[in-house]
Amino acid sequence: MMTLKVNGHDHQIDADPDTPLLYVLREDIQLNAAKFGCGLGQCGACTVIVDGKAVLSCITPLLLLEGKQVTTLEGLGTVETPATIQRAFMEEQAAQCGYCIAGMMMRAQALLQKNPKPTDAQIRTELEPHLCRCGTHMRILRAVHRAAHLMQTADASPVQRSAQ
Amino acid sequence: MNAPVILDRRRVLAGGGALIVSFSLAPALADDAGPAPKPPGSLATAPYLDSWIRIDADGSITAFTGKAELGQGFKTAFQQIAAEELDVAFDALKVVTADTGRTANEGYTSGSQSTQYSGTAIQNAAAQVRALLMAEAAKRVDLPVESFRTENGAVIASDGQRLGYGELVAGDMLHVQAQPKSKLKDPATYRVMGQPIQRVDIPAKVTGGAAYVQDMRLPGMVHARIIRPPSYGAVLTACDTSAVEKMPGLVKVVRDGNFLAVVTKKEFQSVKAMKALSAAAKWKETASLPKQDDLLAVLTGLKSNDMTIFEQSNPAAVGQKTLEATFTRPYQAHGSIGPSCAVAQLIDGEMTVWTHTQGVYPDRAGIAEMLKVPPASVRLIHVEGSGCYGHNGADDAAADAALIARAMPGTPVRVQWMREQEHSWEPFGPAMVTRLKASLDGSGRIADWHFDVWTNTHSMRPGGAGSMLAAQHMAQPFAVPPPEVLPLPAGGGDRNAIPIYKFPNAKVVHHFIPEMPVRISAMRALGAYHNVFSIESFMDELAAAAGADPIEFRLKHLEDKRGREVIEKAAQAFGWQKGQKAPQGRGYGFAFARYKSLAAYCAIASEVEVNSETGRPRLVRAVAAVDSGQVVNPDGLTNQIEGAIVQSMSWTLYEAVTFDDTRITSIDWQTYPILRFDAVPDTIEVHIINRPGLPFLGSGETGQGPAAASIANAIANATGKRLRNLPLTRKRIKDAIDA
Repeated sequence: MMTLKVNGHDHQIDADPDTPLLYVLREDIQLNAAKFGCGLGQCGACTVIVDGKAVLSCITPLLLLEGKQVTTLEGLGTVETPATIQRAFMEEQAAQCGYCIAGMMMRAQALLQKNPKPTDAQIRTELEPHLCRCGTHMRILRAVHRAAHLMQTADASPVQRSAQ
Repeated sequence: MNAPVILDRRRVLAGGGALIVSFSLAPALADDAGPAPKPPGSLATAPYLDSWIRIDADGSITAFTGKAELGQGFKTAFQQIAAEELDVAFDALKVVTADTGRTANEGYTSGSQSTQYSGTAIQNAAAQVRALLMAEAAKRVDLPVESFRTENGAVIASDGQRLGYGELVAGDMLHVQAQPKSKLKDPATYRVMGQPIQRVDIPAKVTGGAAYVQDMRLPGMVHARIIRPPSYGAVLTACDTSAVEKMPGLVKVVRDGNFLAVVTKKEFQSVKAMKALSAAAKWKETASLPKQDDLLAVLTGLKSNDMTIFEQSNPAAVGQKTLEATFTRPYQAHGSIGPSCAVAQLIDGEMTVWTHTQGVYPDRAGIAEMLKVPPASVRLIHVEGSGCYGHNGADDAAADAALIARAMPGTPVRVQWMREQEHSWEPFGPAMVTRLKASLDGSGRIADWHFDVWTNTHSMRPGGAGSMLAAQHMAQPFAVPPPEVLPLPAGGGDRNAIPIYKFPNAKVVHHFIPEMPVRISAMRALGAYHNVFSIESFMDELAAAAGADPIEFRLKHLEDKRGREVIEKAAQAFGWQKGQKAPQGRGYGFAFARYKSLAAYCAIASEVEVNSETGRPRLVRAVAAVDSGQVVNPDGLTNQIEGAIVQSMSWTLYEAVTFDDTRITSIDWQTYPILRFDAVPDTIEVHIINRPGLPFLGSGETGQGPAAASIANAIANATGKRLRNLPLTRKRIKDAIDA
């Protein structure tokens, strides 16, 4: 049994220490956003934020997360009170099937927390680990630019929650 | 008059019928002496209005579609269509998608046919429902029907009386067959259709809501993993399950012939058990795969049924200069980002499967056959999965889940495929070879045209159990059904093989190859991807031989007015100028097609950069024009075309399934690389030519072929070298430059 801090809450987890974080988030804590895409760290669909950094949860075992703060897309905002990054993806309609999107958003969020004014080249480089099969890339890039812009302005309301 | 009125069905039907007669007397129909016309779209096969639109007494409205939302956004588009014709606000209704327990049988969600068939059905059903409601109001208020209008879910009389749809609907009032003609709204009055309404599914997807079958959690649900054979036809010779059975959380090992699965309480336990059992299983494999490096010889060497599908001759036109070229396409993967998944549960003899299949009804038939039960005892409910782009592992996963759930009555079973399983077991997009030959006359026109295409069928979707892996692998297996030629005009491997251009002499031959050495099935656009790539590449080669501008050359051979307008729009928006040279290291390309020769028109101009040192290509920008008839949601259409261009670019530049003589060797994203962000274009523009009031034309796949050819033509323009073998990899381009 170990304590895992996710989205600001402590969870008592009864799972083998080698269990990848992804399975704990999806099954033990019943969160949907982080997705199983490859289990190999090749596609980015499982990305979450751990202590401010984007992490591939499908290849990160539970034992490495003691005392760390995990943030998933659910921890940023809700449909009613979306975080800026979520609002930007909605406004740009930056999804087709949407399966890869949560992972993309988490890495973009980590980038914007570190670098609020990224260049287009920086965004592309940062998103390099992520695959999208529907070809929604142009919209994803626009959404990250929009989020950066919104975060610079008072328009970032209604809610601007920051991932830990 | 607001008191509830109980109407008997007979009276309602009579009332509805009286109103519908007035439609039927429309002059166009009155003159038609032929057989009774069928109602449009999928209403022809599912004619009852209440199969499409339901209105409850409280006024809540539901539209039903037998099609499945795959991320194309049509659920939103259908909500717009229904809201428009019912005259209610967009938010006033819900759309229910493919479910054998609730929706009409619309076969597969494929071929860019959802809006064309299901959207048309909903549009006409909604219009007829609205007319029935007005007729009912007229009866109750006793005013002529012309003095009523509808607004926000109510029928309003000229004297101001307002009757809500909910209070008007009674009993089986909507359980009437659709009439052939509907009184559709004037497009000039549209308020919901044609608007870029935000998609209904996106909020959940960007906030972690439950949006996919992968997100389902039923009480008491267990987790299963399949241990697939290492190669096609492998036979399980030994499998010691004793160690695995002692593993933590293990609930069951399921073995049925070559079908092997583990079931555990928690999910990661099933991954561990799968790995352990995989190591314990002994398989006898057979080397049965063809030579991957020589698909041209492989495909043209297999026995084929040769069909001349188009022939035209005019001896007056004589060619002087003849060109020939051969194009190849490898096997390519759908490559869904989320591996296939399904949940199944057997309760009191009733099997329910939640699946991201594209065809709940045909898949149900296959599963029922596999389980040897009546189809009525099996229910398939579509729940979204990751984008599929055709027949991926979805149907197989559904069958896997059903087979395991049968062995554990009452318990919900979730099957999740692993990445390697999706990559190695999905039915791939079939390899293809095309051979083209054409001659130019003295004036630079094409005098004769020959087109030959060699390929398998392009759909092995279930209909029978034998299409599904679980049924093939059982101890008493079901045989893979014989492949079928998909009928023209839409076609399969010969989709878009008949050119849209007008040539005095032309012959098109479809060499249908029944033998399938690699597991294949439908992949987005079917044969159209490669056929359009071939035709549109070759048109550029012919234009060059004629000394003509590629766009001018196309227009010279094209009569179709809408096609010409799409070409002109893309050219103008791109800034295409005759004889214009791209900057150093870059090239311009153009291509056009009308998908399936009957769906949306699409033209794409592109600019590609080629690094002459490394050969590495990059699509810098693309400009598309599309005509898909009446536009329902312009942003949804734009999203589809943008996606088609980017996905087709990935297929075209990078992708080929690899295999040795026994096993598929492209089993993950490292061995099957696809587009990453470093190669994403700078810009993609989509220009829509809206056609108010004209039929919806399927557009989800219209971009695949033109994008491929446009990029190939731009590479040829940049390098002076013509590449005809897909994918147009960095190495192939480099080799061509160095040659």
